[in-house]
Amino acid sequence: MSTRPAGKRRSLLPPIRFRERIRDRDTAIYGVLIIIALIFPLATIFATDSTFLVSQAGHAGTFVLLAIGLNVVVGFAGLLDLGYAAFFAIGAYTYALFASAQLQASPAHHAYHLPFWLMMFVALFVAAAFGAVLGFPTLRLRGDYLAIVTLGFGEIVPQLFFNFDQWTGGINAIGGIDQPSLPAWITGPWAGANGIAILQNFTCKPFWASSAAPCYSFSFDPIAYYVLVLILIVAAVILVTNLHRSRLGRAWMAIREDEVAAAAMGINTVTTKLLAFAIGASFSGFAGAYYGASFGLVSPDQFYFVVSITVLVMVVLGGMGNITGVIVGAIIIYFVLNSLLPSLPSTVESFASNIGLGFLNDRNGDWPGLAGETQRLQFLLYGLILVLMMLLRPQGIFPSRVREQELKHAAVQEEEAVVEMTHA
Amino acid sequence: MSQAPTENVLELTNLTKRFGGLVAVDDVSLHIKRGEVFALIGPNGAGKTTLFNNVTGLFQPTSGTVVFDGRNITGSKPHEVARLGIARHVQNIRLFDYMTCVDNVRVGRHVRMRAKVWDSLFKLPRERREEVRVTEEAMDLLKFVGIQRQAHQYARNLPYGQQRRLEIARALATEPKLLLLDEPAAGFTPQEKVELMALVKKILARGITVFLIEHDMKVVMGISERIVVLDHGEKIAEGPPDEVRKDPRVIEAYLGKSA
Repeated sequence: MSTRPAGKRRSLLPPIRFRERIRDRDTAIYGVLIIIALIFPLATIFATDSTFLVSQAGHAGTFVLLAIGLNVVVGFAGLLDLGYAAFFAIGAYTYALFASAQLQASPAHHAYHLPFWLMMFVALFVAAAFGAVLGFPTLRLRGDYLAIVTLGFGEIVPQLFFNFDQWTGGINAIGGIDQPSLPAWITGPWAGANGIAILQNFTCKPFWASSAAPCYSFSFDPIAYYVLVLILIVAAVILVTNLHRSRLGRAWMAIREDEVAAAAMGINTVTTKLLAFAIGASFSGFAGAYYGASFGLVSPDQFYFVVSITVLVMVVLGGMGNITGVIVGAIIIYFVLNSLLPSLPSTVESFASNIGLGFLNDRNGDWPGLAGETQRLQFLLYGLILVLMMLLRPQGIFPSRVREQELKHAAVQEEEAVVEMTHA
Repeated sequence: MSQAPTENVLELTNLTKRFGGLVAVDDVSLHIKRGEVFALIGPNGAGKTTLFNNVTGLFQPTSGTVVFDGRNITGSKPHEVARLGIARHVQNIRLFDYMTCVDNVRVGRHVRMRAKVWDSLFKLPRERREEVRVTEEAMDLLKFVGIQRQAHQYARNLPYGQQRRLEIARALATEPKLLLLDEPAAGFTPQEKVELMALVKKILARGITVFLIEHDMKVVMGISERIVVLDHGEKIAEGPPDEVRKDPRVIEAYLGKSA
């Protein structure tokens, strides 16, 4: 086989890493995403003179977080989870219950107002714990069976929040949720009157203090939430990337490829899958707390099956297993669902009148007018867009395999160079 | 290892495995001495692979015991068996197809690594050092089996012979005391078989005991010190290659009874 002398071991690895860094498509995507993320609020505020788009982007950020989390479960470990919104709900309710007046009216008779920064991590751990609780009895199941159990879990959880109305308010939802606040001594560009006034001056009563102190509350300022969600996403990306390139990440990959062989390598498949479930769930707990704070209202119907499916679509369409792909997928699907489709009727209507087909816009018998018809066809169009994208790019927008294929070519070239050098 | 090594690495006592009415392994007892190459042969369907599966925890024996290194491992789970030091290579290649060769071997190192979730999440220095070390060890193992040049290719893109080598490298990565090889030479050319025998010798030199299932008699006779012959789940012969070759029951099992 290999009778040719290979280069020294040291010469094989480091150059490939170096090449990886240069050619890395992911690095380029991250760069573009960061630049867009920084320019976006400035550009949209300048262009539209309102922060509406920024608040939309903040909301989209929730879905990016969710997609990053679900990607750990579906993309890395290969476990199909159809009830992911349940953990999102658990995170949101954890924050909502302990940061609003809700528990005053409950059997507990005491309202808790714990700070967001603490509750964010509490929500994370609560969601992770529920992930483990769900995972423990079910992860012996495989493939389709696991998917059905998670589907059931996803249906049960919103129903529980719905029916335990003594505690959760049920259909009445939990409103008046506290916004995050920063102590006043944290000054920055937001503190000045003439800078970008991101945070307004408030007085808040920290839960440990008896009197109120000045602070900066996020209130409902979209830019503050936008900055917050960006920080959360960056943290999530770093942590998940670390995991992906670690012992645990390889174990997940191995289980996804061949569970029996993975067990033969000494990987405890049950605990490894459980970790995937718990870690995936913890990110949605994170997202849930953020969502509760930024939206100010949490009700069971925000966490139905359609949310789970939407996040799953984001992951699959973006490119399962690849973090950048998943982020881009989440942004695109969010844009299609919340911006493209809702604005389509009016766009079509004005387009029709511009090209002289204005008569189509009027109601006529069964014809609801062009706008009304487009409205009706919205989800057909959504379906068509999904089907088309999957037909054209079944592996997702930015699949994870490509990078390794590039690496492979790099390795071959590297090797040829080494061989040439040793023969020269 | 600090514990006093027992003379026998593996002892099977009255091992029986039934699937319903079928007795796949019937009351087999055997022992494997430390540092030898032990071969298990027999016609197709004799129960050789089933016996392997009972050792590695994929199946639970119906009765009998499996003692590895002085410890009773009967009924242990596959990952526990791997952790204790038995690695196996399977008959039909079961590599992680869409992982690179070096990653395949690094998965094999899994049980010997210590990084916990927190270490990995925050990339603590301890974890980084371990990753660097494990990558180097993986490259060494790939070199050991002679496929270091394919380190960054997908396992699935390797030619057949190299996939089998990679599988051996991956099994070695778990630092086994006992390596089970299930028909490692299946589908090999004569040249590759010679290379395989050399590789087994090298593995032996690392202090690893080899337990082998093989159909190719040249390979079996060439490298194994003792042989056990199974037929219909029963042990019909045991001994050094020359003896076993002349045993009338073995000849009968392979060639049929003479009229």
